[in-house]
Amino acid sequence: MYTVSDLRKGLTIAIDNEPYTVISFEFTKPGKGQGIYRTRLRNMLNGSIIDRTYRSGESLEQAILEQRTMQYLYHESGTYHFMDTKSFEQMGIAEDALGDAANYLIDNVSVEVLFFQDRPIGVNVPNFVNLRVVKSAPWAKGDTSSSDLKTVTLETGLQMKVPPFVNEGELVQIDTRTGSYVTRVKG
Amino acid sequence: MATNWRLASRKRALETRAATINALRDFFRTRQYLEVETPFRIPAPAPESHIDTIPADGWFLHASPELCMKRLVAAGYPRVFQICHCWRAGERGRRHISEFTMLEWYRAGADYTSLMDETEALVTGVVRRVMKRRILTYQGQAIRLAAQWNRLTVEEAYQHYSGVSAEDALGEGTFDERMVRDIEPLLGHPVPTFLYDYPASRGSLARLRADNPSVAERFELYIAGLELANGFSELVDPAEQRRRFEAEEAYRRSIGKPPYPLAVKFLEELQDMPPCAGIALGVDRLVMLMHDTDSIDDVVAFTPEEL
Repeated sequence: MYTVSDLRKGLTIAIDNEPYTVISFEFTKPGKGQGIYRTRLRNMLNGSIIDRTYRSGESLEQAILEQRTMQYLYHESGTYHFMDTKSFEQMGIAEDALGDAANYLIDNVSVEVLFFQDRPIGVNVPNFVNLRVVKSAPWAKGDTSSSDLKTVTLETGLQMKVPPFVNEGELVQIDTRTGSYVTRVKG
Repeated sequence: MATNWRLASRKRALETRAATINALRDFFRTRQYLEVETPFRIPAPAPESHIDTIPADGWFLHASPELCMKRLVAAGYPRVFQICHCWRAGERGRRHISEFTMLEWYRAGADYTSLMDETEALVTGVVRRVMKRRILTYQGQAIRLAAQWNRLTVEEAYQHYSGVSAEDALGEGTFDERMVRDIEPLLGHPVPTFLYDYPASRGSLARLRADNPSVAERFELYIAGLELANGFSELVDPAEQRRRFEAEEAYRRSIGKPPYPLAVKFLEELQDMPPCAGIALGVDRLVMLMHDTDSIDDVVAFTPEEL
């Protein structure tokens, strides 16, 4: 149980048995009146956004999320298949529930899968992942006139802006929190 | 660049703040008000349902200097003002900080309507002095201080902006919610608004209107949606005040708040108090208006989080 004074961005709470994450909240209080917390919440199951108002002293139900380490196997027709690295149990997660994480999943990578009441609702990928460039226009060596970033396609299908000297076949490091290129990686 | 660049960047705001406090003092000096200081740590705060104090070594940090200020008026000081820090537990947000600066003043012989006039003169005068103009630009809105200020009853505001009577809103428990959601954001532009005649239950230290005892002679000032001040004609009947304190205190205890002792000395001396009106104005909020910021953090030197 939380009380409204525990509200902060990113807190996960349960409403009607569904997990929500706090996107923003505001404390207001009319003179001599009760404190009011106006919140904006994102449903972690379906991504919908709702506004909720709470009063000072009200309590909020905690959403208990469980994290399991799972290995990504493959995907087909919108479903991503994972295997629990402890129990070897296999499970499919819908693309919608993965969000941006789907962009960083390469075969056999280990990720943390979030569960709410045994339902997988999201995947935490590492902050940095290395992905291979599979499609890129070649860079003419010595061309220093073009400092513009170019768009390449990575092995997961993700398209990304990278510096012009990055070539097809090379590995690049991506910051998954910002979705941006960090550096080239040897290997 | 200073290590504490955030603090360094508040220089202009802190200059506006200092100029504001000087201007406030001058306003009251020219009107023969006596500046007073009363203790911040008190044994028996006024019990209010929705204001929580911070305990301090068995006593409490005051949420307002109200009771001591009224004891001064009762003892024969007809015009007093104070600029001081006040503390309210759990109040933290874009426009709230749990330790803030309050201006309070009390005037014997005044009622809430004449206090509205004086508040108008004060705010207009201070803005003119500090900003050198009569139009305040706040968050993109021009507020015309020299124009006729708006006066709206609480009942009119609920009917007009929220589609219910204030009584019904109280009855269904949505009074505060409707106030912050439907009403407050629309008040106070393009001219400031006095919202007045609050339901009797929302003015535990205010006098009820003789011609309509369902409302208290209480008002709030709004400028550009920002609540700036709260004033009222003071209740001077010790027996009635005692009943209201006991009712508020019973409510507080019923919801598990720490018990307050009854403010016995205040109640004893209240019998000497002449008809009087008093008002509290948030100095940080006034500076926010002049500094054109929607965050109280921008107008204080330090927020609690920065200590």
